[in-house]
Amino acid sequence: MSDPIKRGLEAVDEGPVPSDPSGPEAAGTPADPGSHPTVAALVARFGGAVRHHEVSAGDEHVVHVDPTRNREVLQWLRDEPGHRYDLLRDVTCVDYGGGRPLQMVYVLWSIPNRLSLRVKCLLELDALEIDSVVPLWNAANWLEREVYDLFGVTFRGHPDPRRILMPLDYAEGHPLRKDFPLRGRFSRAEQTRRALAQDLDKFYTVHDLEIGREPQQVTLPHPDAGKAPASGT
Amino acid sequence: MSQKTVEYVVGRNPEMGMDARPTPSPMAPFDVPEPDLGSEHMLINIGPQHPATHGVLRLVCELDGETVVDVTPHIGYLHSSFEKLGEYRTWNQIVPLTDRMDYLAPLIYNCAYVMSVEKLAGIEVTERCKVVRVILMELDRVFGHLLWLGTTAIDVGAFTPFLYTFHERERIYKMHETYTGARITTSATRVGGMMADLPDGWIAELTHFLDTVPATLKEVHRLLTGNGILIGRTQGIGAISAEEAVNYGFTGPNLRASGVAYDVRKDQPYYDYETYDFEVPVGEHGDCYDRYLVRMEEMEQSLRILRQAIRRLPGGPINVADPNVSLPSKTDAMSDMESMIHHFKLITEGLKVAPGDCYLPVEASKGELGMYVVSDGGTKPVRWRVRPPSFVNIAVLPKLARGHLISDLIMINASLDIVLGEIDR
Repeated sequence: MSDPIKRGLEAVDEGPVPSDPSGPEAAGTPADPGSHPTVAALVARFGGAVRHHEVSAGDEHVVHVDPTRNREVLQWLRDEPGHRYDLLRDVTCVDYGGGRPLQMVYVLWSIPNRLSLRVKCLLELDALEIDSVVPLWNAANWLEREVYDLFGVTFRGHPDPRRILMPLDYAEGHPLRKDFPLRGRFSRAEQTRRALAQDLDKFYTVHDLEIGREPQQVTLPHPDAGKAPASGT
Repeated sequence: MSQKTVEYVVGRNPEMGMDARPTPSPMAPFDVPEPDLGSEHMLINIGPQHPATHGVLRLVCELDGETVVDVTPHIGYLHSSFEKLGEYRTWNQIVPLTDRMDYLAPLIYNCAYVMSVEKLAGIEVTERCKVVRVILMELDRVFGHLLWLGTTAIDVGAFTPFLYTFHERERIYKMHETYTGARITTSATRVGGMMADLPDGWIAELTHFLDTVPATLKEVHRLLTGNGILIGRTQGIGAISAEEAVNYGFTGPNLRASGVAYDVRKDQPYYDYETYDFEVPVGEHGDCYDRYLVRMEEMEQSLRILRQAIRRLPGGPINVADPNVSLPSKTDAMSDMESMIHHFKLITEGLKVAPGDCYLPVEASKGELGMYVVSDGGTKPVRWRVRPPSFVNIAVLPKLARGHLISDLIMINASLDIVLGEIDR
């Protein structure tokens, strides 16, 4: 932006700038799998599919898992006796920017065993697709919709892959990606034009619009029905 | 035993003189064979501007007569992209964004956010700060539950409890204002401490509140708990089993009403919650009535924690002594060279947080609030993610409402205790 008065507003025309544009995206310190009971069992069961194990923020264990086997690993974590990560706390995504892969993050908690674990899957920018975990946890339904909406990750086998926070016909992209400018991709005029030209049908699903489409056949008796016919004049 | 099963009233309260349903009506109204009227389903759009949706929530319902066949919640009408805004701000500048999410219990959000940053940065706050934050969080749990109680009572036609609870809420608003200068947008916390220590007389005001609020709760209890209308509108309505509740990601009072005693304060304690003497109320039926009872009991337990916290409130500084984290006092910044440099660095550049990521769960009034912060070692987060409890809870609404009457849909929605500010963020 050349206008000196607007220089302070540059940020709104660009995506957020990372403090460390070239650093590695795995941020914790590598850890010994033996330091967490589940990670040791996970490595023994899945071997090479567990790519990396690290500890972040002091005591939070993170495992990086092969993105093609996420559902298999998570199902094992949910069902395996002795581990039983039954509560899916969160599903989210992290974009470090600079062409680095996106990180899918699954935050798990085991209510019976009081254990926590974070599972991450790295997704290259040209292959943003991963198996949905809705078959395992219904909680993932809206959380994955949000990741699709804000990051553009496609979930294979998701029952309802619509946008959730942004409008269903939003055409500017996926807002939480680092290359997305703060005020959107379209000009203010274009945004206003689109807002005014909205089609109300877009606010309903196709199924919704089918409901009650045909007006009901109202058959009220005619007001004169039942009266004796007027005698001839 | 730190778990307490709430007392499920079956039958009527003789004081009310109104007949309640003798037993909870069974779920699954579809089991009742109805004559096939050959009627068409109807599409009803509720909201986004409708008082019964408790915010800017839009529900598209498919009805068969008065029975809900399906309901689709549409959210996003309040979306402000706080998470994106956070990526442009320094760590401390994010605090004002947090209280605009759950504006019904803002201090819990303020505290949870800075707790996650402090954990990632390895900052240990002072003992006084810990207890002050426990006081603020428990006070706002009562604050949030009181609003829920009043508005939900209105949804079933009881207006008086609304006046009672909002009278008490007003007193908490005033305490917010005395401490932070704002009634809702408190922004009370800073990384490494609070924006200020508690003002003189604040604890006395809180003690007076703790002495007088149980009487109000008791009155509301008497008005509602045995009330035939409330019982008829809530028992057996919107029930969910423990296993399903966990699978759907329910947390907080909604999960505990189904009988799962999962409370972050007990299961993954922070700020010495394990040393406070309190019980986790659980229900047995998982219906709207149990959710009501659990929240009523939670308020009592929060008052217990508050009384203990006041007794143990230690003296000493409220902010950490590290000059790279906390701002120096105004006098020091004006008179001492080194303090001025630290002040200048903190204000112009901001705090630096070690690389890594941290998911910090806190028991908020609506359920488990998770703050997930990712740093690459800079003065701004790479990602700041909020796991909003209401967002996960409201996603269960279609499952709970299917097969019930449309009037029950309103009650079920109310019983989930949502706030759209944090759902949409």
